[in-house]
Amino acid sequence: MSSHTVVRPPDVRSVQETVRNLSCVWPRGAGTKTALAPPEGAAVLELSQLRGVVDYDPAELTCTVLAGTPVRQVEELLSRHEQYLPFEPPLVSAGATLGGTVAAGLSGPGRYRYGGVRDFVLGVRFVDGQGQLVRAGGKVVKNAAGFDLAKLMVGSVGRLGVLVDLSFKVFPAPRARATLRVDCSTFEQAWGVLRALYGSAFDLEAVDLEPPSTVWIRVAGRPESVPARLRRLQEFVQGGQAVEGEAGVWERAREFRWVPEGWTLVKVGLTLRLLPQVERELASAQTLRRYSVGGNVAWVACPDEAVLSGVLERLGLRGLRVLGPPGPPFLGPRGPDGFGGRVKRALDPAGRFGPGL
Amino acid sequence: MDPRRVVEGLRTIYPEGRLLARPAELLPYESDALTAFRARPAAVVLPESREEVVATVRWCYHHGVPFVARGSGTSLSGGSLPVPGGVVIALNRLNRILRLDPEERLAVVEPGVVNLAVSQAAAPFGLYYAPDPSSQPVCTVGGNVAFNSGGAHCLKYGMTSNHVLAIEAVLADGEVVRFGGESLEQVGPDLVGLFVGSEGLFGIALEITLRLVPKPEAYGTVLAAYRSLEAAGEAVARVVASGLLPGAVEIMDRLSIEAAEAAVHAGYPQDAAALLIVELEGEEPEVEAELVQLLEVVRASGAYEIRLARDEPDRQRIWKGRKSAFSAVGRLSPDYLVQDGVVPRTRLGTALAEIERLRQQYGLRVANVFHAGDGNLHPLILYDGRKPGELERAEALAGEILRLCIRLGGSITGEHGVGMEKRQYLAEMFCEADLQVMRRIRQAMDPREIANRGKMFPEPVRTAQPAVAG
Repeated sequence: MSSHTVVRPPDVRSVQETVRNLSCVWPRGAGTKTALAPPEGAAVLELSQLRGVVDYDPAELTCTVLAGTPVRQVEELLSRHEQYLPFEPPLVSAGATLGGTVAAGLSGPGRYRYGGVRDFVLGVRFVDGQGQLVRAGGKVVKNAAGFDLAKLMVGSVGRLGVLVDLSFKVFPAPRARATLRVDCSTFEQAWGVLRALYGSAFDLEAVDLEPPSTVWIRVAGRPESVPARLRRLQEFVQGGQAVEGEAGVWERAREFRWVPEGWTLVKVGLTLRLLPQVERELASAQTLRRYSVGGNVAWVACPDEAVLSGVLERLGLRGLRVLGPPGPPFLGPRGPDGFGGRVKRALDPAGRFGPGL
Repeated sequence: MDPRRVVEGLRTIYPEGRLLARPAELLPYESDALTAFRARPAAVVLPESREEVVATVRWCYHHGVPFVARGSGTSLSGGSLPVPGGVVIALNRLNRILRLDPEERLAVVEPGVVNLAVSQAAAPFGLYYAPDPSSQPVCTVGGNVAFNSGGAHCLKYGMTSNHVLAIEAVLADGEVVRFGGESLEQVGPDLVGLFVGSEGLFGIALEITLRLVPKPEAYGTVLAAYRSLEAAGEAVARVVASGLLPGAVEIMDRLSIEAAEAAVHAGYPQDAAALLIVELEGEEPEVEAELVQLLEVVRASGAYEIRLARDEPDRQRIWKGRKSAFSAVGRLSPDYLVQDGVVPRTRLGTALAEIERLRQQYGLRVANVFHAGDGNLHPLILYDGRKPGELERAEALAGEILRLCIRLGGSITGEHGVGMEKRQYLAEMFCEADLQVMRRIRQAMDPREIANRGKMFPEPVRTAQPAVAG
């Protein structure tokens, strides 16, 4: 395995210079997404020194931070003003940065209610493949001026530009939460609960399915209404138990504590209808799974990627490698990239951020 | 190209009746809802299949003829203004909902489907399509996608971009591409996010997969009347500071209240200097609890009259006045310009006071209707186009308002897009390097710059560009 030069630029100008002076660079925040690794011969551009909150006015419900700012620092600041990041970025305890969260395009279970990281990014500044500093979007919650390059950066895994700062929408934090644990007897039955909830008007914060047959449902709101809402929910799903110390349940999910050391963790986007088929295929391979966001995402852990890769090919689903041995970002079938390929060539004509998308 | 040759060329794709070229036929397509601009295309085509759209785009690309895709022509920024001598591709006949899948909460639609038709089709399943521009009974999803349309619920639910899952599009050079997927969670760069709001400069969306959301179980809609516009603005700040997250927060000023009342009899208090509409939504127990708090905050904010919508018809009446405000104000004046700037919410008061000062300076009437929850102003500048110089004065005032929004840290457009109208101001909001990158992306999709040529980018559109490799 090759070793990579690591550069830690102290400011934005140095990021630009680094990009201009090197033939291949790979931006990295805290490196919590261990499976995402620099391409062969790339210098690692570590953004740990670009950290800090640039702008935060609680009355605006917006926040601008440098890309290398740890999510934890931002969440602590927001919580002092009873606000939060509703997309619930993962790997916060592990030290994830906001820039890394956007570049990897990761959201946690709370994405169910108000949307994912893509729905909360308002603006970015990034350095493109020619070393130009580019600003797109803005700091206000509504903005339709110019191309939305801020959204484009979500999930770009460092291949379209180096993020240097980001503006986010934030929301008032719910004052109370409660979690219902529903133990079903079969996966199919648990899937039925997810489907029933998806078709209902319940305003839920998170809905996860943990195989073989446990459904976790989180309600958030005001202390005076949450107990009543939980009871209604229990009636609807005909059972379930309120969980003591519910924060720990979600912390475990959000930090991927259930993933065995050394295994690869892959994020797979899917839809509710596919769940039984996907579960059948994955259960027969050696994997651990957790279905989140009401069945819109599968987090799949496995000791042997080759097997998982084959399953994803068969299912026609694409995965993002998040934890595990360093390697290329994606597993499974490649989509046609007529549109994406053009974007790549426009933003990074010399391929400084590695080949392809 | 000679207009006659354009028509001849398109005759190979379209039968008689779906290729319009006579002056009287072209007239309705010469402008959109921004009536101050007009241009005559060489031809208007009415495709009925995606194959026809693709064939038209390929023909245009081959011959270097600019085209503009158009839905219902409700753009307030001149986004669907024809290019003189170019082709207008009117997509209204591509209006099929191809798939409505309540279990997956999505709808796959053609670009000419009307926004409201999606919600109507989804209603039997307790679902709806969230983005609700005021023009939703007529505007099309294709247009919404091109301009990333908003509506009254953007603070909480986002804009069109937050509700599109996948797109199939024909790029300006004729290549058909697909991106996104049916899942809420994708891997790889958010290409859908880039395409939405690209103002037709990349090509034409042929098929759009929309996310549907469950209709809230309960609403709590409050209408509050104030003696001054500032007091209403101040109330918004208090509502947000109280930790509530309403689905919508709207303000109307005296002139727009009077106009709306005259037009649709919404039953608004007639002596109010400003009206505030706040709507909570969610599960019943939650809305009930929040409503108690909201009413307290609104009472403390100096409202002299507060009404709570008693039932759904009552709620609809409150919204009817608000949603008809633009057209209602139109009755007060032969012409008007609608501005769409955004300011940080805490600067609303400053912005409104400054608009009032500018208005007096320019000697024009301005009606204010705006999405206060997200800082999205909609000053309607009234003018009479028949009076020499009045349009120019209105445009100059509009420009000052845009500059004000930029100065206060906001945006020149919240939901109408840059279009034809605000091109010059894009260069004031973004620096040359930012625009260069956007132009490079445009070039990558449309090397001949034939798709909606002349929109969004400040003139001159063609600057010397370093050749992009690859």
